[in-house]
Amino acid sequence: MSDVNITIIDREGKEHKVLAPTDMNMNLMEVCKAYDLPVQAVCGGMAMCATCQCYIISDHVLGERNDDEQAMLWEAYNVKENSRLGCQIPIKETLEGLIIELAPEE
Amino acid sequence: MTQDMITTDILIIGAGPTGLFTVFEAGLLKLKCHIIDALAQPGGQCSELYPKKPIYDIPGFPEVLAGDLVDNLMKQIEPFQPGFTLGERAQTIEKQEDGSFIVTTSKGTKHHAKVVAIAGGLGSFEPRKPAIEGIEKYEDNGVSYMIKDPEVYRDKKVVIAGGGDSALDWSIFLADVAAEVTLVHRREEFRGALDSVEKVQDLVNENKIRLVTPAEVLDIKGEDKVESVLLQHNDKAKRMEVIECDALIPLFGLAPKLGPIADWGLEIEKNAIKVDNTLDYQTNIPGIYAIGDVNTYPGKLKLILCGFHEATLMCQSAYQRIFPDKRYVMKYTTVGGIDGFDGSRKEAEKAVVKKIGNN
Repeated sequence: MSDVNITIIDREGKEHKVLAPTDMNMNLMEVCKAYDLPVQAVCGGMAMCATCQCYIISDHVLGERNDDEQAMLWEAYNVKENSRLGCQIPIKETLEGLIIELAPEE
Repeated sequence: MTQDMITTDILIIGAGPTGLFTVFEAGLLKLKCHIIDALAQPGGQCSELYPKKPIYDIPGFPEVLAGDLVDNLMKQIEPFQPGFTLGERAQTIEKQEDGSFIVTTSKGTKHHAKVVAIAGGLGSFEPRKPAIEGIEKYEDNGVSYMIKDPEVYRDKKVVIAGGGDSALDWSIFLADVAAEVTLVHRREEFRGALDSVEKVQDLVNENKIRLVTPAEVLDIKGEDKVESVLLQHNDKAKRMEVIECDALIPLFGLAPKLGPIADWGLEIEKNAIKVDNTLDYQTNIPGIYAIGDVNTYPGKLKLILCGFHEATLMCQSAYQRIFPDKRYVMKYTTVGGIDGFDGSRKEAEKAVVKKIGNN
């Protein structure tokens, strides 16, 4: 198992290049929090608040939104085609080079 | 000081698990508690966000549903008769000359306490409001974002908007109370506990709930109160429909905000209140403590079990603050039992000492 490189663009447009472990059962929201990026994660990762909403900028294929995630994104604001909830995206080796942008806070 | 003020020893802000357990630990020290919460029911996030989700890291409970944990805590603290001010947000705090505090809520209720314990979690939950122009005018005049007393809707025509658990659960409940329940949602799919979804389906089939999906409430009409709402069906024709009603209840979830507490002069770091974790979780203002998810200190973990620990240490400190001259030794409940303020007593069953002989 190895770490993957992920670029997170914060709400001020600043790029943060971070290393994320693939063997700690982590998700993208948790990686943001681990690096003190401004993700509130109100619900703690239950796809219930959309405070970890992000836009997938790179062309990685992440698979379909799961049901909970989809339902939350129906109700959230600022949702785009490439919106995902960070808490529903597990860190895997296929994410190497991923670029995401944090969605605005509601 | 006016007579109609609520007085207590420890005023707890936030009725989540940490706030509730504080009542128990304070009760063991014979300190009385009163709790303020912006939500209409106790339990905080556990009740509001995920009552039906399991928690696996409460010591002694291999698995417990968040809602059950809250029910258990309420039962555990019952002998200590906590007071509740629910559906009101703690707004201002004034320190008195004698070191006590007066906390006033958003609805003007005043509380006088010797010690304040902020157990506010992520802050007070504010309802997410739909983007309907002029909706403020109808708030408390037919529009409500949370239901405190369902009897208000008896024999009324009610429109509920939303697609989550609370929209489903209240539609089910009000189907028996209100004259008419219309459930409006932007999608055809609802997200909730399976039994709630099925129950709503049954009530729709029995014509006890009118289901309008996919559709959105665009406007409210009425002189001083809600008289009707304008819906747009989200079909190809984008058909408009007016529904006569007495009440609109948008249930679009809640977003927490630290809110007015942020202006109380407390030291704040990353949306949390800094406390002294080497001792008693006191803030920079003596007499005001912060416990549970709302506080921060080096190594802080936002876990319910940590909140319980913080509440326990905080109560000991509060006792010393309230009774500087008294000495107290921590007692095990197994040894000392529990004496409720209601006169109840719980204690371990005594073993008997009795001779066993041969006949």
